[in-house]
Amino acid sequence: MNKVLLIIQREYITRVRKKSFIIMIFVVPLLILAMGAAIVLIGKNSNKLSSLQIVNVIDNSKLFEGKLHDTTNIKFVKGDQDLNKAKATSKNDENISTLYIPTDYMKKGGVQLFSKKKPALQLSEEVEKQMNDIAINNSMLEHHIDPALVNTIKNTNISINAVEITSTGDKDANIGPNIAVAIACSIFIYISLLIYGGQVMRGVIEEKTSRIIEVVISSVKPFQLMLGKIIGVGLVGLTQFSAWIILSVISSKIAGQAFNSPASPMSGILQTLQTIPFGYILSCFLFYFLSGYLLYSALFAAVGSAVDSETETQQFMFPITLPLLFTYMLAVSVLFRAPDSPLAVWLSIIPFTAPVAMMVRLPFDPPGWQLALSMAMMVIGFLFTTYVAARIYRVGILMYGKKASFKELGKWFFYKE
Amino acid sequence: MLSIRHIVKQYAGHRALSDVSLEVESGQIFGLLGPNGAGKTSLIRIVNQITAPDSGEVYFNGVKLNQSHINRIGYLPEERGLYKKMEIGEQMIYLARLKGMSRDEANKRLKYWFEKLGIEAWWKKKIEELSKGMQQKAQFVATVLHEPDLIILDEPFSGFDPVNAEVIKDEILELNRKGATILFSTHRMESVEELCDAIALIHKSQKILDGRVKHIRNSYRNDTYLVEYTGPQLSFDGSQPFEIIGDTISEDDSHIIRIKLNGSHNSNDVLQYLIPRTRINMLQEVIPSMNEIFIEKVNQIA
Repeated sequence: MNKVLLIIQREYITRVRKKSFIIMIFVVPLLILAMGAAIVLIGKNSNKLSSLQIVNVIDNSKLFEGKLHDTTNIKFVKGDQDLNKAKATSKNDENISTLYIPTDYMKKGGVQLFSKKKPALQLSEEVEKQMNDIAINNSMLEHHIDPALVNTIKNTNISINAVEITSTGDKDANIGPNIAVAIACSIFIYISLLIYGGQVMRGVIEEKTSRIIEVVISSVKPFQLMLGKIIGVGLVGLTQFSAWIILSVISSKIAGQAFNSPASPMSGILQTLQTIPFGYILSCFLFYFLSGYLLYSALFAAVGSAVDSETETQQFMFPITLPLLFTYMLAVSVLFRAPDSPLAVWLSIIPFTAPVAMMVRLPFDPPGWQLALSMAMMVIGFLFTTYVAARIYRVGILMYGKKASFKELGKWFFYKE
Repeated sequence: MLSIRHIVKQYAGHRALSDVSLEVESGQIFGLLGPNGAGKTSLIRIVNQITAPDSGEVYFNGVKLNQSHINRIGYLPEERGLYKKMEIGEQMIYLARLKGMSRDEANKRLKYWFEKLGIEAWWKKKIEELSKGMQQKAQFVATVLHEPDLIILDEPFSGFDPVNAEVIKDEILELNRKGATILFSTHRMESVEELCDAIALIHKSQKILDGRVKHIRNSYRNDTYLVEYTGPQLSFDGSQPFEIIGDTISEDDSHIIRIKLNGSHNSNDVLQYLIPRTRINMLQEVIPSMNEIFIEKVNQIA
């Protein structure tokens, strides 16, 4: 057992020391943070114009005159010059725009807004909105409808509060954030299984092609080496996750303080997000990552042992990753809409598909017995694949120059010591 | 030291070893000879417990081979390699620790070896930065760092340039003098006579010959001698106690003949016959080289 620890130590330390590992730890949360910040900043900035805009209104229809009201950044001025003169002014000063309203303003493209630069979206939107309001008001007056009454009617706003009846009492069941978390979890587990499983495979191939394998297995049993490698790489994955989680908690705290003004639309999302039991989801994530990783990385190790170079892995990789890919595609398209459908239940119990499928179902509270069954199946699943993989691995690592096929792997499985 | 008894190893397509038995005595340098594909590496892998035999047993110092013996064996495989991206010092220590050494002890021993071979400057280097010959040296150090009682070398001189091969040969001899038993396989016979105390010849999965090198060569003596004499070339009438094999090689008035003794005569009879007739410069027994024995044996089987 002592030797397995040594192997784990080597696998872990050589990977954690790599520059790429340290860079990844910081780059990934920074990227996520930067993306979030960019979204918030863009949202905030588009709310206001950078400086005061003066709009020269040339109203040939005479319907809007005096009815356009100024906002914090927009000032409407009645322009009595002719259009060409006003356009000339706008051409010289980027803060002065010219709004031209022809007599038949209803015609599409009739109303024009001239600016030196392309006018800010917010400016044209504001003008459009005000003009629409005025035009509607005018029409209502024409048809003898009381605009004030219409306004009260228009303020009607019904929103549905989805409530789930559970044994512990009624519970808010706003499913929007749940879907987001479900999809995020399944994507994350899918990617991390492939990344770390791939690392195990490359590690095995490296040992085989560099021919150190024979020296090592004259000191330890092949199974010990395989186990040490799988655990070592798995710990690297866990280290990376923990670092990311810690960094994201810190950065989201900072981000929360910076952006979380009550008026911000983000705070609403943040509040609903807080209703999701992250601790529970996180522990399930860790379980499914670990068991799924053990299950798949054993298979990846067997594949690595069977080939002489990474290019030869294709024929094996495809069938092995197919269940993962299949569930992943179902997860982001179908499963989150029907988390309790028979398909979802079955996929979350079969060990090869369970890590992705169960992560999608988790935010929707699957029944306890299904979760327990799924977890038990995962344990049985990885014990099984590890057993099969170890038997192939011990033969494969000493085979050179033999084009391995599935038939060949089958033979290796039945080899005696 | 090492007793290999009736080992059989069958692979899917062919039989690698059929009923092979060997005795390696403590302190010996033992050569495992045979053409490529004879089964040498299979046998070595069994002794290293990398694979297990289908039947037969291996005893190490009288005890059936088990996991505890791993730390007492050092193995240099034919196909060599190290972790390319790992620093060499760290890597050697890792390999020694896998053989059960403590970190401190490995560190100390490694410093000794690096100084001995004049490669202290390599400690922090990665394997991929070293030349092939340097890597081989490092690998040799990794093999013997944990001071094994039995050192198993599979084709140790292949891949070494002549200078490094000589360095490694000297190190092997020194380790042997210090008490290590050495088992090495080779298909190059030249190295056998100067290094080995005993050999076993494996051909087509079977042991066809084994024993001490001296004994084997003695048993292959066939009363053949080379004689060089000076003077007019002799002619023989059949009364001499030997027969001439092949042609006489003459240069000026010195002649070399190859003779085979007749009946129960010995080399003294040859001298007694020749001395009155000519002046003898040399009489030398022709003992077949291991190479000749090897080829003869293999051809017999074929």
